[in-house]
Amino acid sequence: MIVELGHYALILACLLSFIQATFPLYGAQYNQGRLMALSSPAAYGQLFFVTISFASLMYAFVVSDFSVANVARNSHTLKPMLYKVSAVWGNHEGSILFWALILALYGALVAFFGRKLPKTLHVRVLAIQALVGLGFYLFLLLTSNPFERIFPFPMEGNGLNPLLQDPGLAFHPPLLYMGYVGLSVTFSFAVGALLEGRVDAAWARWVRPWTLLAWCFLTAGITLGSWWAYYELGWGGWWFWDPVENASFMPWLVATALLHSAIVVEKRDTLKSWTILLAIIAFSFSLLGTFIVRSGVLTSVHAFATDPERGVFILIFLFIVIGGSLLLFALRADKMTPGGLFAPISRESMLVINNLLLTVAAMVVMFGTLYPLLRDALTGDKITVGPPFFNIAFGLLMIPLLLVMGMGPSVSWKRADLRGISSRLSFVFAASVVMALALFYVTSGDNFMAAVWLGLGLWVLLSTLFEWADRVKLFKSGALKRVLRQPRASVGMTLGHIGFAIAVIGMAGTSFWSSEYQGIMGYGDKATIAGYELTLRNTDGIIGPNYTAIRAIFDVSKDGVELSPLMPEARVYQTPPMPTTEAAILSRFTGDLFVVIGETNSAEYDQWAVRLYYKPLQIWLWFGVAIMVLSGLISLSDRRFRMGTLKSRKNK
Amino acid sequence: MKLYKFLPFVIFSVISLALYIGLKLNPSIIPSPLINEPIPEFSLPVVGGEEAGFNSDDLKAEDEVILVNFFASWCGPCYIEHPFLMKLKERGYKIYGVSYKDKARATNKFLSNLGNPYYKVAADEDGRMAINWGGYGVPETYVIKNGFIQYKHVGPIHEMEFEDKVMPIIESIDQ
Repeated sequence: MIVELGHYALILACLLSFIQATFPLYGAQYNQGRLMALSSPAAYGQLFFVTISFASLMYAFVVSDFSVANVARNSHTLKPMLYKVSAVWGNHEGSILFWALILALYGALVAFFGRKLPKTLHVRVLAIQALVGLGFYLFLLLTSNPFERIFPFPMEGNGLNPLLQDPGLAFHPPLLYMGYVGLSVTFSFAVGALLEGRVDAAWARWVRPWTLLAWCFLTAGITLGSWWAYYELGWGGWWFWDPVENASFMPWLVATALLHSAIVVEKRDTLKSWTILLAIIAFSFSLLGTFIVRSGVLTSVHAFATDPERGVFILIFLFIVIGGSLLLFALRADKMTPGGLFAPISRESMLVINNLLLTVAAMVVMFGTLYPLLRDALTGDKITVGPPFFNIAFGLLMIPLLLVMGMGPSVSWKRADLRGISSRLSFVFAASVVMALALFYVTSGDNFMAAVWLGLGLWVLLSTLFEWADRVKLFKSGALKRVLRQPRASVGMTLGHIGFAIAVIGMAGTSFWSSEYQGIMGYGDKATIAGYELTLRNTDGIIGPNYTAIRAIFDVSKDGVELSPLMPEARVYQTPPMPTTEAAILSRFTGDLFVVIGETNSAEYDQWAVRLYYKPLQIWLWFGVAIMVLSGLISLSDRRFRMGTLKSRKNK
Repeated sequence: MKLYKFLPFVIFSVISLALYIGLKLNPSIIPSPLINEPIPEFSLPVVGGEEAGFNSDDLKAEDEVILVNFFASWCGPCYIEHPFLMKLKERGYKIYGVSYKDKARATNKFLSNLGNPYYKVAADEDGRMAINWGGYGVPETYVIKNGFIQYKHVGPIHEMEFEDKVMPIIESIDQ
């Protein structure tokens, strides 16, 4: 009964979205207040009904109602409660419903916080939001109904892919989706502005917090996924340039560009049509990412739904939404008259370079991801584009980006004095070069690229700190007061860049200096890696709630000092039967020691395949990204973005 | 109106078209035109030496079902499949090992550390044999009977996959 209620609520939400997408839009065009008044209540209603719908699906999972096909396929009574709940969005139908839920949530937020917007813009934004929602509801109801019943129903479910039964992955999709869907708001604002034919600083002030919010979630979501791949897949890698990873990375790159170009629109009233285009592209990549994952058009370790019929539906939907908005852009973008002019050396130019590099990087990733498919479609050749392509092409774009990133904050708006900047920053630049070369020398000079990347990371770190110290006049009296009085948006900028620099240093360390050992170990055998000595003490069998495992105990010591033992596991899940590895990781400031136990190759169970990795500075990567997310949240709390301020400013 | 503003739309349309075509393809099928064809001729030296390891005539002379496994010490998945190859050896399968684009010392170390599951090992140092056999990479395993390729498995071979995919083929040949 509850399940049918959820199904019914979903149909109601679908109808409401249709109303929200059509009548108010007509009303906005012909200035009919009553029709426009429909849009906010419809947005709240949508949220209400989708929430009911989602809650009833969750209920079916929690009580393991296997008469629901989706639950039977993806759940199991023995699964811990956390994974029963996370299984709701861990499958195709549920994850699309989750998309729709978040879309409705953002819609309601826009309805609420946008009350003070010009009425026609508000209504148009909500209509576009509803139009996207309508596509998702129809997709759910027509091709992927999560509430479908089966008869006769099975006594037990199929279980969830054991790789996905992990706390990190339980929260990875929600965060990622909050990010993906958050970009829908910026998209709706962009299309709304195109319909209005007007973009101004107030518009940018509206768009930025939404972009920032989406960006924070995307950053956190992508990193959580990367962290999961790092400790769960057991290869010590954290990024594989897998199509599904790329699908989440492309919107991130464009959202990062958008974040920066919206500043230019807000402060200088220029780059308008470019910013609009970025907003459209960012959300297009979100949708494209969903398409790539959901249609199975590219194979990948992540893709868990392959069905051409669904693919065709999403493709048509994509074509209407993205193609339609790009066409609208082509027809309307001329109306966006640029405002302030700027010199070639100016903050604006720096941000333009940032935008170009990030967008080209996104295009490179897209090309690399889709090229095998294009090749297959045109010539029938099967090829793969692997990490070497991405690392080289993407890396080459990141070098100038990091160089500009160090300079940007020190460059003033409109027109900047090149000589002044270079005389101030040349010292910082020289310092980073010297430090990088010193590191190159200390590490016996085996990897020049490591020094380059570390130098770039140091350059961004030091120049950001330098600019901050300069701005708050750190060494003059009353500095503390000035430090505390910095607007939160600029604190966010400084912290964000510092976080990124730390992450880059971590990436350089773990990518270029990692070492590994693979071999067979018996009890009492010793292996050394990066100064750590590991002894295989023992193994024992353990029984978990829905798996059995072999757990190995390694005694670890460094420089004669005994550390706490590491206990990696090799698990075999029962439903579905599948082996997984649980790596044991010793995380330290200087690097991670990573231990994986594999299969035994003898009948006596006393010889084990063991993989050891040492990943220098790995934790810097996670720490740096955490700072980036934090910086976004700090910037988001800036008073300019708080709605009350906006209101009072308008009233003046 | 400026025409270049239509560029994003045009690019997107091209991508959509490609995606549409792509939907009709199945990316998980890796074709091998050599199935049910005689094995391509080759002659390989032993690992780290000049003397002959084995050649296509040796494989054709076998009258039971044999496996040819391409591996390399630098290949991560090869470590994964290795324990299972050892089991296959215990079960009495004759596996010919081809060390793909690898240094002799590394290959020997790989085999002495992990154990040698192979009946005979030869070195395909420049990867020429793998090219002729239509190899995509390592590891790859071919099922061969009377000099004809019966089946090809790309990637590390797991016990479950072996039972599901390879065993039926071997059984059908034996009948």
